Amino acid sequence: MTASLVPFAASGVLVATGVTLLLERSLVRLLAGVILLGNGVNLLILTAGGPAGEPPILGRSDPDRMADPLPQAMVLTSIVITLGVTAFLLSMVHRSWQLTGGDEVQDDTEDRRVRLRARRGELAQAVLDRQEAYRRMVREQRAELARLEAARHERERREAEELEQRILDVNVDLGRWLQENKDEGLSTERLAERFAEAQRAEDVSKEGRQERVRELRAEFARREREQAERERHIRRRLRTRRREARKQLRAAIRADRERQARAQDPDLEGPDPEEES
Amino acid sequence: MEALISVPVVLPLLAAGLKLAIGRRLRRLQALISVLTLAAVLAVSLILLPVADREGPLVARAGGWEAPIGIALVADRLSTLMLVVSSAVTLCVMIYSLAQAYADQEDRAPLSIFHPAYLIMVAGVSDAFLSGDLFNLFVAFEMLLSGSYVLLTFGGTESRIRAGATYVVMGLASSLLFLVAIAVAYGATGTVSMAQLAERFSVLPQHVKLLVELMLLLVFVVKAAIFPMSAWLPDSYPTAPAPATALFAGLLTKVGIYSIIRLEALLFPGGPVSGLLMWAALLTMLLGVFGAVAQTDIKRMLSFTLVSHIGYMVFGVALSTVAGMAGAVFYVVHHITVQTSLFLVTGMIERRAGTTSLDRLGGLMKLAPLIAVLFFVPAMNLAGIPPMSGFLGKLALIQAGVADGRPMALTLVAGSLMTSLLTLYAVATTWSRAFWRAPPPGIRQTGTVLESEEREDGEDPASRAHGTEGITGRAIVTSVNMPLAMLGSTMALVALALSYTVMAGPLSALAERIATELLAREPYISAVLEGAR
Repeated sequence: MTASLVPFAASGVLVATGVTLLLERSLVRLLAGVILLGNGVNLLILTAGGPAGEPPILGRSDPDRMADPLPQAMVLTSIVITLGVTAFLLSMVHRSWQLTGGDEVQDDTEDRRVRLRARRGELAQAVLDRQEAYRRMVREQRAELARLEAARHERERREAEELEQRILDVNVDLGRWLQENKDEGLSTERLAERFAEAQRAEDVSKEGRQERVRELRAEFARREREQAERERHIRRRLRTRRREARKQLRAAIRADRERQARAQDPDLEGPDPEEES
Repeated sequence: MEALISVPVVLPLLAAGLKLAIGRRLRRLQALISVLTLAAVLAVSLILLPVADREGPLVARAGGWEAPIGIALVADRLSTLMLVVSSAVTLCVMIYSLAQAYADQEDRAPLSIFHPAYLIMVAGVSDAFLSGDLFNLFVAFEMLLSGSYVLLTFGGTESRIRAGATYVVMGLASSLLFLVAIAVAYGATGTVSMAQLAERFSVLPQHVKLLVELMLLLVFVVKAAIFPMSAWLPDSYPTAPAPATALFAGLLTKVGIYSIIRLEALLFPGGPVSGLLMWAALLTMLLGVFGAVAQTDIKRMLSFTLVSHIGYMVFGVALSTVAGMAGAVFYVVHHITVQTSLFLVTGMIERRAGTTSLDRLGGLMKLAPLIAVLFFVPAMNLAGIPPMSGFLGKLALIQAGVADGRPMALTLVAGSLMTSLLTLYAVATTWSRAFWRAPPPGIRQTGTVLESEEREDGEDPASRAHGTEGITGRAIVTSVNMPLAMLGSTMALVALALSYTVMAGPLSALAERIATELLAREPYISAVLEGAR
């Protein structure tokens, strides 16, 4: 059997063109694609029946030279069917044009809705993550402040303890001195006298010592002030940082909401700003 | 007996023609014709099933032409079983749609267009099950597709036209591919009779055989919505009128599965594509159910579970053992019934609450306890809760997979278990959100009329996208009272699915006999070619 390549090639070209047109969004082009594709396929069926021959009517031509009638019957059937469906598609094109003024096939809105919901979930997760980070930051700063305060308390307590220890020491010294003098067998008057003497001697140096205590007190107050100042500074810084973080968070949430609202445009159509960028 | 075989094809076509001729007059008579036709088809199928089971494949030769020249209609065990289930389902759905149209006072338009399209689709489905000729199978597909084009775009609303465009182009492209496959098969073998093709393919070179098989398989994979070709289904089904969606979900994809069974069992037994089919089955199951989990609309959720559960049937077919085929056949029967009844119940939810969006449903348990139960039972059946038929079907498939023992089969067993679990999750979430939880604020009151065409002004976009459309797509009245016939037909389907558990013994024995007959091939071929040799 010899087969001509020309019908095969023609059928191939028709099918290829038809498939290309089928990939369009416009229904009219789809229609053209379907028609071309149908013709290409019909040509293929015809070719599959073998070479052309005489009409397949018994008694008129020799059965050996007849064309195969079956593919022709099949092609007829498929032509009728393609015609019917093409007419239906055409009416759909018309209806689509009536309804929307165009023949473009739109995306499924429900698909977009599901996709949007997935993205909304992601955004909500991002917001949650950011909130969590912010809370962690606040927690860290609070802990730092608490640590600083605890350190100051500790220092004050130690200083007070030291002071008490010294008073204790002085008292002990005094007791010992009194005891020593009693042991030397001095009378109470004499002791009082000596004590007064020592007091007098001490008074001389007391001036200097009081001076020193005043100085120390001033020093202490200054330190105290400095400490308070520093604490206030830290608190202020913490406050500003917290405020800034909150502001950032709010701005981010607002931007996310805006993006969502834009994506949920009534038509759910039009380019997505996020996808474009 | 042979004369009866053509009845399921011819009678609905005749009735469709008659109804088109009557037009919009005599509504009672019209409804009667529809119901009687489908009841007659059911009765004929019920007569044919035991005969075909007892005596082997029955053959009707169109125009008295001997096979392989004439077109043969073959009623073997598989065809007749599919006919019985499909005609039972179509009858129930017809009664449901009649009741809904009558209650909505929409019965003029439906009767003049809806019913003829419906009947042509039924004829196409029957023809596809009975066809013993590859080209006639194509014609059957075209019949059921053109009926479904009309049903899917019924009323011509914006959303239906959009969904219809996807569906029609998908159907057209696959039909044209079918024609190419037929051309190649005819060029290679010189015949389109399936029995003769089965004989001649066995002597063809391997690569030609593989080419034809892959092309045909691709066509049926598109029709059955199996994984790489499944995206069109959840996109286009949910917008159609509720009874139409129910029918599509129950029957159209199963016609694809039926064709794949024939292809794998009769034309190309033991081909190298079974590994490919296993992968397709696994991905269909998993991706479908993942999609179902993500949805918030009941119809879309159900569409995704539909895709997902097609995977189970492909799994059984891909095993190509008697147990696998039997499991697949049992599962097809179960799934047709359950999926259809779920969509019918969803139609009632829509009628009761005005929406199927889970975001705006709630508390229906108190408002409509009967609907809640009617949804719950098939939903659990779908997920495979013992002892319902879904469990039995899955068990049979899993046993077949374990018995097969190949690593891929075991992977599929694991995948199907996971799918079952996720299906349970999806339907349970749906049920508890729609029925169990407290109703969200702003739920629509009963008696609201929602105009679906004049809704541009001031209505929020959410309700536009989730719009509720009656059969004609114009308006829907939410109502407390469900017409008895709607409830009755749905209940009948739910009960039918439950009865598979009671009849599990005979049914699975029948499925096993079907599988044996399919894999033996000889009964079919010799019945068709008898006299030609």
